[in-house]
Amino acid sequence: MAVLKMQRISICALKKDRKVILEKLQSLGVLEVAPVMDEDPYFRKTDTVGQRAGFERAAAAADQALEILERYAPEEKSMFAALEGKLLIDPSRERQVREKRRELLKTAKEVYDLDREHAEQLAAVTRMRNSIESLTPWLALGMPLKPSATKRTVMFPGTMPGGTTLESVYERLAEKAPDVECVDVHLISAEQSMTYLAVICLREDAQAVEEALRSAGFARPSQTWAKSPSEEKEQLEGQIEDSRAETARIERRLAELAEYREELKIVADYYRVRAEKYAVLGDLPQSERTFVISGYIPQCEATHVEKCLTERYDCMVDIEELKEDEEPPVILKNNPFSMSMEGVVESYGLPHKGELDPTTIMSFFYVFFFGMMLSDAAYGAIVAVVCGALVWKFPRMSEGMKKSLKLFFYCGLSTLVWGILFGGYFGNIVDVVSEKFFGTAVSVPALWFIPLNDPMKLLVFSLLFGVIHLFTGLGIKGYLCLKDGKVMDFFCDVALWFMLLVGLILMLLPSDIFASIAQTKIVFPGWLDTLAAVLAAAGAIGIVLMSGRSSRNPALRIALGAYDLYNITGWLSDVLSYSRLLALGLATGVIASVINQMGSMLPNNIVGVVFFVVIFIAGHTLNLAINLLGAYVHTNRLQFVEFFGKFYEGGGRPFEPFKENTKYADVKEETIS
Amino acid sequence: MNILSQLGIVYALLGAAVAVLFAGCGSAIGVGIAGQAASGVVTEDPSKFAKVLIIQLLPGTQGLYGLLVGFITLSKIGILGGGAADVSVSTGLLILAACLPIGIVGLLSGIAQGKTAAAAIGIVAKKPEQFGKAMLFPAMVETYAILALLVSFLAVNGIQV
Repeated sequence: MAVLKMQRISICALKKDRKVILEKLQSLGVLEVAPVMDEDPYFRKTDTVGQRAGFERAAAAADQALEILERYAPEEKSMFAALEGKLLIDPSRERQVREKRRELLKTAKEVYDLDREHAEQLAAVTRMRNSIESLTPWLALGMPLKPSATKRTVMFPGTMPGGTTLESVYERLAEKAPDVECVDVHLISAEQSMTYLAVICLREDAQAVEEALRSAGFARPSQTWAKSPSEEKEQLEGQIEDSRAETARIERRLAELAEYREELKIVADYYRVRAEKYAVLGDLPQSERTFVISGYIPQCEATHVEKCLTERYDCMVDIEELKEDEEPPVILKNNPFSMSMEGVVESYGLPHKGELDPTTIMSFFYVFFFGMMLSDAAYGAIVAVVCGALVWKFPRMSEGMKKSLKLFFYCGLSTLVWGILFGGYFGNIVDVVSEKFFGTAVSVPALWFIPLNDPMKLLVFSLLFGVIHLFTGLGIKGYLCLKDGKVMDFFCDVALWFMLLVGLILMLLPSDIFASIAQTKIVFPGWLDTLAAVLAAAGAIGIVLMSGRSSRNPALRIALGAYDLYNITGWLSDVLSYSRLLALGLATGVIASVINQMGSMLPNNIVGVVFFVVIFIAGHTLNLAINLLGAYVHTNRLQFVEFFGKFYEGGGRPFEPFKENTKYADVKEETIS
Repeated sequence: MNILSQLGIVYALLGAAVAVLFAGCGSAIGVGIAGQAASGVVTEDPSKFAKVLIIQLLPGTQGLYGLLVGFITLSKIGILGGGAADVSVSTGLLILAACLPIGIVGLLSGIAQGKTAAAAIGIVAKKPEQFGKAMLFPAMVETYAILALLVSFLAVNGIQV
């Protein structure tokens, strides 16, 4: 249960070892680079932006090729692909792929080009289809679709608005160009909105004829064609066929290239890792022959790294404690059980400098409360089995995912225990099934008691657990005060509050109001009553006097103290907040019973059984899902608001080591190094 | 016999109806508001579907709490078993009063939680890694629905029929 202690490590080594040392550090992945010195006349930073950009481009090209391949030849993935995690490859395989990285980049380029070509071919097919479309009305024209001429005559095709007939064209010509004598108009085809014509007339009349027709909406076709429409269409169809064959060929080729998928992944990662290395390299101060790298390292790794480096290379490794004002990055270190709750703490915020890692203490309360809110043995068993099986089946899933699943595994176990204590198995399934199908009602006795029959009892226990939780939080605050030597703070902010609260609780216990809740009257001996009153009074007076101690003005000091005493309402609402332990537990149980009751409504025959099974599966799946969500959210809330509110702030920076940040594949550790 | 003196069971049933009706409406509106925001996010980035769906579901619990109280009431007055119990007018009105908290708080908190959930979905849209925090804001609103549920439940449970 701790935040790992950080140290600063500084390594000064010869430039000739630069590559190997950086690679070693990167594969160890325990150092967060944080430069200590600026440039000076002897130590200068080298500009590596160019190389880095080159590697990033290469990685991006491989990524893009992979994306394209995924589109043409999707990888077969199981439902649980997201859980499988990264590939694990042999170092020899990595070396082999690394050697042919240039060819692989060419492959990536080929994939990219093929994809572009594919898109172009598809665009060409669309274009040709449009051309065929525009040619279709002209198919009856037995000559090229363009103006043509003989010695004496000219022919020009064109369109006129829909509804135009030969008669109307001749009428129009007679009206507008009365001088023209010889003109022959052929109707090629007619559509609703367009009429297609070919006009033949003498050369000298051509202009007059066209003018006359244009006034009635005549227009020449926008495109001209060298051959007759039917020949053109045939040719275009042939070209479409070719393009189709070409796209099919590209698709086949890409499917073939899909076999390089794994190698492309490895290459992409290789370049990614190298780009990162160069990013670090660009930040290192270097002299003519040496370079310096400095950063944060967990204390437990420091000597190991030092040994690794000094044994093999000529270098100086200097490990020192952090300076007072340094805010180091944070890694949490916990026992295997509490480790699974680290994600919960991280989502609130890592401990900042000098704070305690709350994970271990929180983890027990977390699992305890979660189980109480879900509190159904069958649901707990399902959650635990599913999460346990997934963790066991997919050992290479990502670290965060594994932590979450383990968290739910433990919470499932706790739910199982609480379910047995409260006698909840899919709500009241045993009662319902035994009564409906076997005639006699059998119920599994609760190991402790059934909350539905005695809700007040559980309410009292919920509040009691809440008080324990909150007091633990306040206790940790006291411990932190003492650790930092702030005895005064400990006394005023923690001890006085403990006195006040314990006194108030002791005063509340024998009262009638508590008796009506707990349904038993507690009678304390007289001295305890007096002690309670004294504790509460002393605590309250102490808080009024001491809380405003930072202020010199006595009136202001009392006012601040009185205001702090007002926090007692905060404590009240914090404790009452734990009533959700009861409410959510009841919600699970009662809704499960509603589902069971609904399922058992039909009579006891085959239809009734089928109906029951359907309702059972659908209803309980839904109930489990929604209550799992509720239990998760509200357990988090109890930890974040009520518990952390007492002592924890967060705001630390996560440790981001210089390591091999791969996306697809990890290389197995070499055992002989 | 006066018809008014026989209305006890009607009041009790009205109580169950109030609990289920209002709390259900609150959840329906809340989930609806959150759903609009969620759909907007999924149009932009379908990969966030699971996350926004979870947040959209958060205002749905009020309806369940209403159902819970309604169910307890129904089984209390014996309607579920087939033979309605003989409920006096005062008991009926007591049950009706007991159902009011979850009905009214369920309605209003469901709507408020829906708005908060819509805003939390906004967090997920811009900073998906802050999902854990985004989920907490709507949960804060729910606290009050839980308190109302507790009072309604304890009251209905405590009334002797």
